Amino acid sequence: MTINKDKSRFDMTLGETLRSQGISRRSFLKFCAATASMMAMSPAMIPKIAHALESARRPSVIWLSFQECTGCTESLTRAHTATIESLIFDYISLDYHHTLMAASGHGAEDARKAAMEENFGKYLLVVDGSIPMGNPGYSTIAGISNYDMLMETAKGAAAIIAVGTCATYGGIPHANPNPTGAVSVGELIKDKPIINVPGCPPIPVVITGVLTHFLTFGTIPELDHIGRPKVFYGQSIHDRCYRRPFYDKGLFAETFDDEGARKGWCLYKLGCKGPTTYNACATTKWNNGTSFPIESGHPCLGCSEPDFWDGGGFYKALSMPTENITKTAIYTAAGAVAAGVALGAMNKSKKNSATKAHNKTTIDDLEK
Amino acid sequence: MSSSTVVPFNIQNGDEMTQNVKPLLHEIKHALDSLIETGKSTIIDLRSIPLAPGEEDKILNTLGQGEVKAQLNALGLSEVNETQYAGVWTVTHYNDEDQIISRFIEVTTMPEILCSQTEDIMAAYSRLAITLDDIVEDNLETN
Repeated sequence: MTINKDKSRFDMTLGETLRSQGISRRSFLKFCAATASMMAMSPAMIPKIAHALESARRPSVIWLSFQECTGCTESLTRAHTATIESLIFDYISLDYHHTLMAASGHGAEDARKAAMEENFGKYLLVVDGSIPMGNPGYSTIAGISNYDMLMETAKGAAAIIAVGTCATYGGIPHANPNPTGAVSVGELIKDKPIINVPGCPPIPVVITGVLTHFLTFGTIPELDHIGRPKVFYGQSIHDRCYRRPFYDKGLFAETFDDEGARKGWCLYKLGCKGPTTYNACATTKWNNGTSFPIESGHPCLGCSEPDFWDGGGFYKALSMPTENITKTAIYTAAGAVAAGVALGAMNKSKKNSATKAHNKTTIDDLEK
Repeated sequence: MSSSTVVPFNIQNGDEMTQNVKPLLHEIKHALDSLIETGKSTIIDLRSIPLAPGEEDKILNTLGQGEVKAQLNALGLSEVNETQYAGVWTVTHYNDEDQIISRFIEVTTMPEILCSQTEDIMAAYSRLAITLDDIVEDNLETN
């Protein structure tokens, strides 16, 4: 294949770009095999991925970070330096990411606006962090409120990828009592396709996998009822967990240092949220496939689910009441008919107590 | 934690964990039968199956090592081994940091990744032609 040296990087296909960098087609096939594996696709899809990616054009990506901890960017950039997945990131044109870009201030904002104008209707918008609706001043970039920047940038996006639980469902900023009025991207944008990639943080290859899917097929992947790609979030942690046979046999760790824990039994009774959590941790795993929390002996926290932070306790088993057991018994005693009222009362009570218990941290506290 | 601290952690291994080892080996047997009868190749992605620590090793140990052992240097190392069962190959891809990024069992006469690719052959032709031109030019200058 001859590469047209006059072509700019924007005009070249991914296949041409890779070969111009001296990357062989055999290497590219290896990349496609790894991609099919991480996207849980049948190995029979490898030739199709190769064909589609080879002819894909370089997309412009604008990445906005709002109320977030930068953990999602850390997850993406730290875990995958110099790996095969980084090919995708070398290939895309990341035109704006205020944490990673060299430009700052007006230069950075000019880059965002230039990318929007040049690629209107075609660029991918990636968002991490929630958007504060309580007061625009809670989080601003270059004097622009998060809300205004999101609405302005979303107008010309082909699709939006909400990365991390903050952007997808509000996350920790949205946790009770939600002091900033944090909301998710999906609560504000209704006229664009939104792909939710939750997790605190999401698994890096899930982020790259969604980008790869968009490049490969030119469409967004099939999503579940809360906007997550089914290919990564289609099955519960519990269903794919290698400790599942112990659950089926009724063998549970009761504490973190008992015989069951040492033998690797199911962590359900220690509060594992695997049965109600949909994510790819059990198969894709973390740190380049080394392990995942349950494999390290810790229950799943359920971080890819809405309101996981307000679930009532990371170490309380799912079938047990998440509130104080005595209080639950009192409410239950009111009778089955009153159960709904009791739950409502409990929720109200929980909200009030959470509000009361919310003490402001002072400089003195930090210096203790 | 000091480096000498030993954490007593003894995960059970073998079929007691996921019970996926034997079915997978049977799947390989059926794939081999299909290769014999129809010539159809099969690829099994080991990452797509829940396996407990030690179970993947158990599968690989059962398959063993055969006559062919190849290494590729393509965006990191790749190892392609024919197992002791001819037609059953293991293909393991590593990244630049020598971490496994994918592992497949291929039931085929020759894994595709080992074959020279048309695009690479074309590029090789161009490179060889340039090299020969340079040699001719050098000879002319010398003479």
